[in-house]
Amino acid sequence: MKMNQDKLTAPPVETELKLSDEKIKLQVNDLKLYYGDALALKSVNMTIPEKRVTAFIGPSGCGKSTLLRCFNRMNDLVDICRIEGQILMDGQNIYDPKIDVAELRRQVGMVFQKPNPFPKSIYENVAYGLRLQGVKDKRILDEVVETSLKGAALWNEVKDRLHDNAFGLSGGQQQRLVIARAIAIEPEVLLLDEPASALDPISTLKIEELIYELKDKYTIVIVTHNMQQAARVSDYTAFMYMGDLIEFDATNKMFTNPSQQQTEDYITGRFG
Amino acid sequence: MDKMNLTKHISSQFNEEIEQVRNHVMAMGGLIEQQLADALNAIASSNAELARQVIANDLKVNDWEIKIDHECTRIIAKRQPAASDLRLIMAIIKTISDLERIGDEAERIAKVALESFNSAQQDLLVNLDNMGRHVAQMLHDVLDAFARMDVEAALAVHREDKKVDREYEAITRQLMTYMMEDPRSIPKIMNVLWSARSMERIGDRCKNVAEYIVFLVKGKDVRHADDEKLEQDARS
Repeated sequence: MKMNQDKLTAPPVETELKLSDEKIKLQVNDLKLYYGDALALKSVNMTIPEKRVTAFIGPSGCGKSTLLRCFNRMNDLVDICRIEGQILMDGQNIYDPKIDVAELRRQVGMVFQKPNPFPKSIYENVAYGLRLQGVKDKRILDEVVETSLKGAALWNEVKDRLHDNAFGLSGGQQQRLVIARAIAIEPEVLLLDEPASALDPISTLKIEELIYELKDKYTIVIVTHNMQQAARVSDYTAFMYMGDLIEFDATNKMFTNPSQQQTEDYITGRFG
Repeated sequence: MDKMNLTKHISSQFNEEIEQVRNHVMAMGGLIEQQLADALNAIASSNAELARQVIANDLKVNDWEIKIDHECTRIIAKRQPAASDLRLIMAIIKTISDLERIGDEAERIAKVALESFNSAQQDLLVNLDNMGRHVAQMLHDVLDAFARMDVEAALAVHREDKKVDREYEAITRQLMTYMMEDPRSIPKIMNVLWSARSMERIGDRCKNVAEYIVFLVKGKDVRHADDEKLEQDARS
């Protein structure tokens, strides 16, 4: 009898994710970033939860890509860029002078808007990172190439032509190849900067599906101009505007009932 | 009035679509108000012609529901509304299904006017009329609150429903007395009882719409909440 009663009860509404319940992977403390004299990030404070997908949305020039690039110190490559504040990964400040930047970038992989495979074979693209680390054992390389391509949902499409040039792949396949290359070296965090904006809708959905699968193993941060994409793939969404973090909350909350008027105006396509 | 900046989208086409679907909800609401008023007048003046008109007009109400549903489906498919836009569309979809049911109740009430009552039974109809006017006012107020997205006005309608429930109980008791006194009148009195029941249901449905208004404006789901929580959520 009790069994029957349980079947009749509607399951509880899916509980809202709460940042306070999450394990923190990256913590941004009072981060300011200048390009020359221009302040591009104005004192950003936020936490990126582990093994979740966090999306950054906001209009062009709001600082979302700049913030994303801070997580693996890509901004170090920009001469006029200056940073104040801290980013802690697992409690360790990544801007500490003692940090090995190459090692940091191994732990924090990045994928860009335009697929950028190397002018090599599919196999060599994926094996590249391991070869750099000095791995020569063919068996290990074969295995990593296969698991990475499987992880990036590309294996079935390329397994018979692993030694063809990567440029022969379609844009969507190239982007998944780049993701396979990024996960081959087993990073902890994956940064995706507009990973699907140059792709057709079907390839886009494949990338989104891939993101969903990858979040079991990696902390993913994605910058996207496609609001619906942020709504579809992310657990948390941060809205940035003119260098400020305006609102950061569970995606379900952000897209149904945001607390800030600016967020509301942006995601509903209003002029504020 | 545009409290929620409904017409401030960058896409003017989207603004027009939203404006249009809201106008259609108000038009549907207007028609139903008219239907209910006509049904009550038909009873009060024993006007069978008017009653038949109400019954025929219910088809128009059904058409509105289908049309607005289609419009909402199209907006969801093409615009992928989010946040307040999404809540507006959800609130509209739910509101029109309650409105359509209010239309059905008005039709049922009108059917009472097709009966003929003797002078002793006319007394009963006076109480029924009072209750009818009461729920007609609630319907008017809740539609007004919807148009203005006025949470306070919605709450007032919500509170009003308790009074309607008490009126319904009083009428039921009165009708039972009549039936006991004069068993031959039972079929007729039953009709009156059904229409009182319809009015009580209209009150409940106005209350539902009031809850959708709170959801629309505040983003809080207050259905089935107790009064205290409802007021608290609606005002936060």
